[in-house]
Amino acid sequence: MAAVASPTSLESAPRIMRLVAECSRSRARAGELRLPHGPVATPVFMPVGTQATMKGITAEQLDALGCRICLGNTYHLGLRPGPELIQKARGLHGFMNWPHNLLTDSGGFQMVSLVSLSEVTEEGVRFRSPYDGDETLLSPERSVEIQNALGSDIIMQLDDVVSSTMTGPRVEEAMYRSIRWLDRCIAAHQRPDKQNLFAIIQGGLDADLRATCLKEMTKRDVPGFAIGGLSGGESKGQFWRMVALSTSRLPKDKPRYLMGVGHSRAFLHTLLHSDNTAALHHLTVHNIAYQLRLMSAVRTSIVEKRFPDFVRDFMGTMYGDPTLCPSWATEALASVGITLG
Amino acid sequence: MQPKDLEEPLRMKLSLTKVVNGCRLGKIKNLGKTGDRTMDIPGCLLYTKTGSAPHLTHHMLHKIHGVPAMAQLTLSSLAEHHEVLAEYKEGVGKFIGMPESLLYCSLHDPVSPCPAGYVTNKSVSVWGVGGRVEMTASKFMAIQQALQPDWFQCLSDGEATCDETTSIKRARKSVDRSLLFLDNCLKLQEESEVLQRSMIIGVIEGGDVMEERLRSARETAKRPVGGFLLDGFQGTPATLETRLHLLSSVTAELPEHKPRLICGVSQPDEVLECIERGVDLFESFFPYQATERGCALTFSFDYQPNPEETLLQQNGTQEEVKYVDQTKKSKTTSCNQEMTSFEINLKEKKYQEDFDPLVRGCPCYCCKNHTRAYIHHLLVTNELLAGVLLMMHNFEHYFGFFQAIREALKSDRLAQLKELIHRQAS
Repeated sequence: MAAVASPTSLESAPRIMRLVAECSRSRARAGELRLPHGPVATPVFMPVGTQATMKGITAEQLDALGCRICLGNTYHLGLRPGPELIQKARGLHGFMNWPHNLLTDSGGFQMVSLVSLSEVTEEGVRFRSPYDGDETLLSPERSVEIQNALGSDIIMQLDDVVSSTMTGPRVEEAMYRSIRWLDRCIAAHQRPDKQNLFAIIQGGLDADLRATCLKEMTKRDVPGFAIGGLSGGESKGQFWRMVALSTSRLPKDKPRYLMGVGHSRAFLHTLLHSDNTAALHHLTVHNIAYQLRLMSAVRTSIVEKRFPDFVRDFMGTMYGDPTLCPSWATEALASVGITLG
Repeated sequence: MQPKDLEEPLRMKLSLTKVVNGCRLGKIKNLGKTGDRTMDIPGCLLYTKTGSAPHLTHHMLHKIHGVPAMAQLTLSSLAEHHEVLAEYKEGVGKFIGMPESLLYCSLHDPVSPCPAGYVTNKSVSVWGVGGRVEMTASKFMAIQQALQPDWFQCLSDGEATCDETTSIKRARKSVDRSLLFLDNCLKLQEESEVLQRSMIIGVIEGGDVMEERLRSARETAKRPVGGFLLDGFQGTPATLETRLHLLSSVTAELPEHKPRLICGVSQPDEVLECIERGVDLFESFFPYQATERGCALTFSFDYQPNPEETLLQQNGTQEEVKYVDQTKKSKTTSCNQEMTSFEINLKEKKYQEDFDPLVRGCPCYCCKNHTRAYIHHLLVTNELLAGVLLMMHNFEHYFGFFQAIREALKSDRLAQLKELIHRQAS
């Protein structure tokens, strides 16, 4: 493989993560992200507002639920309404009137998973728009450009993402390309003072590849890291091992974003036998509230130095007998010193 | 002297502040289970679907200013759930999470009228999502017992106007049947402890036959009903026009101190015509229909604008009060209703970069927080939030219109308001 180019960075990336407490037994941490649109307590669940809206929930409802960061999809917004319009509307914050933080993804994942006619090259992801048939190239530079226009507080590098169930040389190729694309994103990023660019660790389910990726990407001084390439159909056993490997090698003083987990894709409208969408909105509010409350409870338990007990209680409630807890979960917890039952 | 029976519910009282040119301005007092609620007339009822304002959770509904004290439920959406409600025991108001609201239960949903031909001498049918529910008078009253609304439309035969031309025979039958249903239901109400606090609304039928309409009005007025529903005046804008004469004659026969409701009429211009002919209460489904076609109500009801505002409007880029654009035509939606000149269609490309609120100066949640461009985006991307935001604006705008009517009546300016609305009608 070609040698990885040395990273370019203008200055040391800001430390946006403040650690408040760490579990003495496991690797759990409670902290606070300091972002341009206010602080965010971690661990945190980010509701997904794909097209500048959280399905039927208003910004005010989301705020009332305690949400301080949510996610927007660059792929969708890049197509409709497009970065130029959003820029005119004073960024994504202005367009949807969201006063707190936003994280946007690079657009790469959706492109590959949603668009049948997409092709990945060293340049970027080439695809055909489903709306007007136009051919476009989403390069690392273009992805950062769009995200700069959106103005989100955290932006993601464009990565070469392959399915976690894929094997063979493609996984290695994607991992090294993601490193090269990270460097191109860093170079193209116009607003490092206002927007925090996160790297995304790849390497599939191969421990060696993942370790290499970790070693290289952590050389780049980015404000945060995401663990990517998981939640794509791999077994839970493989999943937790890759997560554990990643967190063991990522710097402690920077935030870790696990991608694709807890992403609540909206339930289908047709499943509910009502002629009033209000039924859905009640459920969405409940679901988001549940997720946010859960994270908040996790955080409190870390701060109060009783995270292992919290985990045991939670699992007990969910599964009853410890023997009923799925083995992958038992193993994962054991690997960080938490035993059930 | 016998003390007044404390069990007897406080009598609902309609007091008229004034009557001018046939329009009644006043208040209905002593409403509700506790007898302390009030409603203004002329007024409207909050339109609901299956017991909930469309698209809106309670949280969002409470953000709307001027929500009417009484909400409309439809039997068509609730009849099939009556067993659950009966078991619940505490009434539909609590079940739907609106224990504070006054409730009126109509037979049908004004937006989706049901197929004709199912009324018999003994029963009337309504259509829910699960299909047809056939109701005799006793089944009907059993359902009302489970619902425990404050007011409910009596079982009635409303099919005299279903065909193009009403036969006198059919009109007569609609009156006869409805009176029979009414007498049966009143009798059943006497025997029901639970329904003592609910009021039956008598239904005036008779198709387009004057004689039958008058007979229906006179006979129904003899019964101890709480108010009257004027049925069969709905249809296309053209048909209401021809029925206005009938409407005046009917209301002239009704007692002054009982409220008059009309079903199927909700557009601003038609509302005013009906108020002038003695109607007090309307359904608010028009804002819902506008929402479903991606439209926002923008018609002005500011009949005494301040001169500076008028100048701004004239010079500004927004269209607010304007003469009708004849080229306006949008796709019909599932409501099978054409867009009116009282609204703008946010799906149109010209709103893509319009960063103004739906209506400048509107105090609703949507106008205070979002732009036309954002609503346009939500509609184009089929996002559910579009319905939420549009419904909030459309309801608030519509309730504001009714407030303006009451104020105009109070200050003797209804003619100005009417002229303003008329200018904006197509």
